[in-house]
Amino acid sequence: MNETPMIETRELSKTYRAGDVDVHALAGANLEVLKGEFVSVVGASGSGKSTLFNILGTLTTPTSGTVRIDGRDLKDLSNAERAEFRKTMVGFVFQKYNLLPTLSAEDNIRIVQYIANRALEFTPEFEGILDILGIRDRMKHKPRALSGGQQQRVAIARALVNRPRILLADEPTGNLDSKNSAAVLGLLRDLNQRLGQTILMITHDQEAASYAGRSIHMRDGKIV
Amino acid sequence: MINKLVLSNLGHRPVRTILSVLAIAVEVTMILTLVGVSYGTLDATARRARGVGADIMIRPPGTSILTLSTAPMSDQLVDFVRKQPHVAMATGTAIQPLSGFDSITGLDLDQFSKMSGGFHFLEGGPFEADQDMIVDEYYAREKNLHVGDKIQLINHQWRVAGIYESGKLARICVRLSVLQELMTNQHHLSQIYVKADSPDQIQGILSELRAKMPGYPIYTMEEFTSLLSISSVGMLRDFIGVVIGVAVIVGFIVVFMAMYTAVLERTREIGILKAVGASSYFILKLLLRETLLLSVLGTVVGILLTYATQWLMQHAVPASLTQETVYWWWPIAGGIAILGALLGVVVPGIKAVKQDATEALSYE
Repeated sequence: MNETPMIETRELSKTYRAGDVDVHALAGANLEVLKGEFVSVVGASGSGKSTLFNILGTLTTPTSGTVRIDGRDLKDLSNAERAEFRKTMVGFVFQKYNLLPTLSAEDNIRIVQYIANRALEFTPEFEGILDILGIRDRMKHKPRALSGGQQQRVAIARALVNRPRILLADEPTGNLDSKNSAAVLGLLRDLNQRLGQTILMITHDQEAASYAGRSIHMRDGKIV
Repeated sequence: MINKLVLSNLGHRPVRTILSVLAIAVEVTMILTLVGVSYGTLDATARRARGVGADIMIRPPGTSILTLSTAPMSDQLVDFVRKQPHVAMATGTAIQPLSGFDSITGLDLDQFSKMSGGFHFLEGGPFEADQDMIVDEYYAREKNLHVGDKIQLINHQWRVAGIYESGKLARICVRLSVLQELMTNQHHLSQIYVKADSPDQIQGILSELRAKMPGYPIYTMEEFTSLLSISSVGMLRDFIGVVIGVAVIVGFIVVFMAMYTAVLERTREIGILKAVGASSYFILKLLLRETLLLSVLGTVVGILLTYATQWLMQHAVPASLTQETVYWWWPIAGGIAILGALLGVVVPGIKAVKQDATEALSYE
């Protein structure tokens, strides 16, 4: 494993205003993830793990502290720069799959290539990923014709098609039964081991966390 | 790929797409029908005026090209005009407006036939008695009239004596003296038609008449028919402007509603696109393309619907309204529809662009 930190946060904090109350979702979170690591972030609901996920994915900005991804400071990025960052640096896997319902599985993947101005072709390497995910024969189907497990595999393929530096997964098995959960988690582990893909997975499930190479815990907005 | 997304989005919500297209189509149809009727009615009037066979027309003082006058000119003017050099023929008509776009014209059939070459009767023939009237084919079709039928107009019962091929003077004609009497305006005329003994003399006669009859609008038939255009009729031009304004507002509201609900419905999808790196420009481009496609489809359907309104008018009110297909207005109407639609997508577009990705992704 390379020792260069792929993800590095220092004293990261995020405060929301909910009515008249300040909610400290993150309160000085320090995290380091190395390139090629599969790390799970485990914590109860409200521990701040989803906020951490959103900040690492540049979907929201921290109130204070620093975030570096592959050595790049995310502070003061404009909206356009954040969008550019998401195109190339991160791939997202969400609990609710978040596939575009009007497009087929294949087009859900291709639209991400299109947005990133990449050729709309699948490389042999990506074809290999599709083989690992086992969804080659479901590519022409729309999400509503796919099971939850299949949708999540398509979402993983979509997250990986542009070869991002980091795969961010937020409760990827939250909507799946135990059999499909095991399959998806096994795939993530496989992708990490076979391709060296850096993965940070948010979960509240200890069993899911056990698939990662390393688990860290969050409580009250801090890494403990 | 973006076009595929646009098409799939529109296809995914067919009812909303169809309603949006239809609403834009109605906007386009509204414009094209109004323009078509304006052109058609003016052209039909011009065609009928040309069918008179006259070279010059004299109208009463204070009238405009479209003003229907009753009979304020003395019929002695006809004798005066006939005596002018190079005037081969002159005849007068009286016009009594009816309800709507209709009017009844009194004429001296012999004089008028000499000037115009005569009516071509499709059914029946000329007046035989004072209560006889002749009507053109469109009026007969609209009122379902045949020779021998009785019809009540201006408190008088008429018998249809003949149905003639359209294109000459008016749609309903009766004897001049009978109409003058019914109008209690004996020996008075609404218009005088003049024929020169040679086309070379028309300008000379015109100058002579204008000099001798100051205050009377006197036109060559060529002038008169060229004045029957939308640009010459200020009121019509303004009316078309108002309808176009209304159409733009309708298009704006329709697209605003459609795209606003689309943006709301697709909050989560917009969040997904943002999460995978779509820029604000991409989101806006997506909405603009959807709107553009709706507008183009609406324009095409609107043009097709215009043929339906044309058919409807030809069969329901052929004598009252004539609708032409004004091809060069197609891109204008399309442009207006697209403009209204693009205005309508501005606010929803800004809303979509400003949407917070994390909130959008948690939207149910």
